[in-house]
Amino acid sequence: MNINELTLIKAKEGLEKKEFSSLELVEAFLKEIKKKNPKINAFIAVCEKEAFLEAKKADELIKKGVKKPLLGIPIAFKDNFLTKGIKTTAASKVLGDYIPVYNATAVKKLKEAGAIILGKTNMDAWAHGSSGETSDFGVTKNPYGNNRVPGGSSSGSAAAVGSGMALAATGTDTGGSVRLPGSFCNVVGLKPTYGRVSRYGIIAMASSLDSIGHLTKTVSDSALLLSVTAGQDKFDATTSPSSVGDYQKNLGKDIKGLKIGIPKEYFQEGLDKGVKDKIKEAINEFKKMGVKIEEVSLPHTKYALAVYYIIQPAEVSSNLARYDGIRYGSGREMFADEAKRRIMLGTFTLSSGYWEAYYLKAMKVRTLIKKDFDKVFGKVDALLTPVSPTLPFKIREKTADPLKMYLSDIYTVTANLAGIPGISVPAGFINNLPLGLQILGPHFSEDLLFRLAYHYEQKTEFYKKRPV
Amino acid sequence: MKSSKITKENIKHLADLANLKLNDEELKKFPKQLSEILDYFKSLNQLDIKKVESTAQTTGLENVTREDKPDKSLDSDQALSNAKKKHKDFFITKAVLEK
Repeated sequence: MNINELTLIKAKEGLEKKEFSSLELVEAFLKEIKKKNPKINAFIAVCEKEAFLEAKKADELIKKGVKKPLLGIPIAFKDNFLTKGIKTTAASKVLGDYIPVYNATAVKKLKEAGAIILGKTNMDAWAHGSSGETSDFGVTKNPYGNNRVPGGSSSGSAAAVGSGMALAATGTDTGGSVRLPGSFCNVVGLKPTYGRVSRYGIIAMASSLDSIGHLTKTVSDSALLLSVTAGQDKFDATTSPSSVGDYQKNLGKDIKGLKIGIPKEYFQEGLDKGVKDKIKEAINEFKKMGVKIEEVSLPHTKYALAVYYIIQPAEVSSNLARYDGIRYGSGREMFADEAKRRIMLGTFTLSSGYWEAYYLKAMKVRTLIKKDFDKVFGKVDALLTPVSPTLPFKIREKTADPLKMYLSDIYTVTANLAGIPGISVPAGFINNLPLGLQILGPHFSEDLLFRLAYHYEQKTEFYKKRPV
Repeated sequence: MKSSKITKENIKHLADLANLKLNDEELKKFPKQLSEILDYFKSLNQLDIKKVESTAQTTGLENVTREDKPDKSLDSDQALSNAKKKHKDFFITKAVLEK
């Protein structure tokens, strides 16, 4: 048995059956990190000492018969999740020496469920990017092709799980930052409904769009993690009071007769022919499983990227205003290129004389985009689309042209604007490079998304193909 | 939408508003890059949105408040633990008001 190839659920079972200890599990991943990280650069920090200590404690508890959903399971955390006593940088030199004095709610919940912090993963600085290339701590490489990007901004998290350096990793998704790297690294990426998981203690990017998710090898793993992280939090007023279910319970429930919409606007110009064909194959798989497929229209889709790139930098400029180097972190001279570009763009669209023409207009079109979804979900249960218009692209291919880079998010930003959940699931390979499909559903329909994704995954098992 | 041509002077003014210092390379490339991005936003002009309300909150929550009860927070040692400059229980900042 190769421990590094286990899914989270299998690792949990192995611990429960005492096939291996938590210490052995942690050791196996630390060893893999030592071997692969110098090349892939998925981790900014590895918490070796703490992880060993926690693993020993977990083994004691397991011996005593204590049961917790993630007891003894090592997890990697994107470096914008505040971890008490562990340096948290958001991959920016501004926070190069910042040591949080409290845990993010998601970190607290995962730790309380028994999870062990394995390390902090690399990312686009401040989560600004679609490729992982804006990190101040070096580019992360795609485990499926080292001259390719892993997708961003949760670049390190996706690459760590995709390469077997971690069982699972957390991520944040403001415009596709979990789903896109999921697609590029052959892992499952979940963006929950806005407010399903608390944003407290996670370095804010664009507060009306930020969703807290994770990257895992399988759909069941993703469901298990959401059951732990979801729920109302008194420290984040935007978290929903609606109850959290056992997301694993209904995975196997039949999907026959469910209706999936195919939004035609997601299959037009700009979509790579190879990707399009693969997504069509996936649609056929669903048909074979008895799902009804129907073409639908989301007419305001073509405005979504413009709306997103007005609202998001506006909120970024406001959220990054707090970094003054007085209370923590270094001064504003440490911001790199992309953060500066977004701060300036946001400052411009919010400035007097331009606010109405840009920001207010975008907030109104946002309403139209949301209404498109409301309407379509009256007819179909979920939507199926590509995650990205292309396969993982080459490192430096898009860095000189910000607008070209922004277009990578064209199929993912809509979910953030409407606040709906989305999941990206491995959908095959072209020339050994992975690609994912995206399933979108109404607010708080995570249960249904997991169910659909699970059936597709069980039938196709693309997740089993590991990088060479 | 107004003209979206951003000049070097605009960029300097924006950097000043945002308390950012730009290097020569950035001063050179930002006007063009930001102008291109703003041009891309022009597509929104095709829509008639006079009667549309704006959306900021998507899941329908409204007026979320907490009980007005004091709770414990960070103590001053914790709050100051990441400060580069401090004096006793205070952060040191540049002077805000001048004599």
